[in-house]
Amino acid sequence: MHGRVTTATPRANRTREDTGFDAAAFGRTIWQVGQAVLVFAVLGFLIWRGAQSMDYSWQWYRVEPFFFREIDGEIIWGPLVRGLMETLRLAGIAGVIAILIGFVAAFARLSDSIAGRIVSKVYLEAIRNTPLLVQLFLFYFVLAPIFGIDRFWAGVLCLAFFEGSFAAEIIRGGITAVDKGQYEGADAIGLTAVDKYRFIIVPQSLPLILPPLTGLLISLIKHSAIVSVIAVSELTTAGLNLIADTFMAFEVWFLVAGIYLSVTITLSILVSMFEHSLNKGKR
Amino acid sequence: MLDASVRPLVEITGMCKWYGQFSALHDINMTVNEGEKVVVCGPSGSGKSTMIRCINQLEAHQKGTIMVDGIEVTPDMRNIAEIRREVGMVFQSFNLFPHMTILDNLILGPMRNRGVSKKDATDLAMHYLERVHIAQQAGKYPPQLSGGQQQRVAIARSLCMKPKLMLFDEPTSALDPEMIAGVLDVMIELAEEGMTMICVTHEMGFARKVADRVVFMDEGEIIEVAGPEEFFGNPQSDRAQLFLSQLLGH
Ligand SMILES: Nc1ncnc2c1ncn2[C@@H]1O[C@H](COP(=O)(O)OP(=O)(O)OP(=O)(O)O)[C@@H](O)[C@H]1O
Ligand SMILES: [Mg+2]
Repeated sequence: MHGRVTTATPRANRTREDTGFDAAAFGRTIWQVGQAVLVFAVLGFLIWRGAQSMDYSWQWYRVEPFFFREIDGEIIWGPLVRGLMETLRLAGIAGVIAILIGFVAAFARLSDSIAGRIVSKVYLEAIRNTPLLVQLFLFYFVLAPIFGIDRFWAGVLCLAFFEGSFAAEIIRGGITAVDKGQYEGADAIGLTAVDKYRFIIVPQSLPLILPPLTGLLISLIKHSAIVSVIAVSELTTAGLNLIADTFMAFEVWFLVAGIYLSVTITLSILVSMFEHSLNKGKR
Repeated sequence: MLDASVRPLVEITGMCKWYGQFSALHDINMTVNEGEKVVVCGPSGSGKSTMIRCINQLEAHQKGTIMVDGIEVTPDMRNIAEIRREVGMVFQSFNLFPHMTILDNLILGPMRNRGVSKKDATDLAMHYLERVHIAQQAGKYPPQLSGGQQQRVAIARSLCMKPKLMLFDEPTSALDPEMIAGVLDVMIELAEEGMTMICVTHEMGFARKVADRVVFMDEGEIIEVAGPEEFFGNPQSDRAQLFLSQLLGH
């Protein structure tokens, strides 16, 4: 081979050969799908058999009014739809407050202020190391009467402080991930601390912060179910009330779970589409 | 020597710095007059970066005084903002803001720290971009530029603050060889225009051409100060001789 010189084949001429139908790969895909179908079929069968042995009488035909009724050509939303709206309102408000708390706690933690660091550390540890349910009772039975807030806002604030502690760690992680040189570059042109974060550090940490933060907001929708124990009229409470009225526990819990699932999955898909377009914009 | 126009811009007296118990700088004394160019060299870890970073307080010193243009450098925030308005700094790794265009990188400091209008800041930025031969790239983002171009942008960004003093910390040592000359040319032009400069660099050609003095550091101390010809031709201390022989060795 010594002394041999070749010229590269132009890329355009190096066409990939069509290998035809890949029967083996197709077979594998079919087998994977088959496995999934099998698992769900077995699960469904077990539930159906279990319910039968309990003499449970399924009454799926009665569930439509849970969603809406039509009276004189007018649509009246049923308890599940109204519950879902309340859940979204609750989670939306709590989410906004949680992000604000997260930023404040993250910056307090990163600051030079000893008081700020201690307060945010105590807040994080307290939230992390007590059960959410106990926090909720504390907000509802202790703080709500003291500050004169209603059950809805007690629920919102409890969820906001709970998720805020996780948001704080996400935000802090994003901010500390920015290269040290960026701080020095900002310092060297004499930016104030506020300008440094506003123009240099936060914009660069947002791509790191946003994906886990939207994940957090989606899980906030699930966590919001807990406020049903203080009877805030959201989706889970609506489910509980329906069961008390109709005794259709199985149908109602399947429906409630299905609604949570479809909302969170839809949001996840929207978020990943958004992220995808963000990444595209970068190139 | 008794020239009335010679005015000290930087005066460092008895400055010491520790990282914990580790003495990074010991008893640093140095005066840089207006218009003077000083090259700082020495082995890795000798404290060159630390010394010039104390001048604009990217690092705080614990003992001694640093005066910049008659202002004493202290860790007080207001004082630091004032110092940083007068002192530009260029880093080995450029430290441009990658999420902003070149132009936005340049106008941010003047607009936020000097209260210049956007229009004036843009004019200023374009002027300096032309001077570093990179005006066509104003709308691009830093990662789209070569290392040499990024470093020239970083120099222009510092100049937009109209500094009285420029600090350079090994501005060419992260660059591919073919990029170095372009950056050094810009620095030489700057020196010829009378800018006061303190450069940490091992570029001997540059030092010979522009330096009034070479400061040699080792183990956190200034060991030797001499003119470039003297220093490179006939170093006095053993450590400087060893350092130069190693520098020339490869
Ligand atoms: N943040 C820090 N914490 C602890 N020690 C440090 C820190 N920064 C620097 N040092 C130490 O201080 C000494 C001087 O470091 P400095 O970066 O000033 O050296 P240098 O002369 O610039 O070296 P180089 O040529 O490698 O850049 C080194 O021993 C280094 O390990
Ligand atoms: Mg260094």
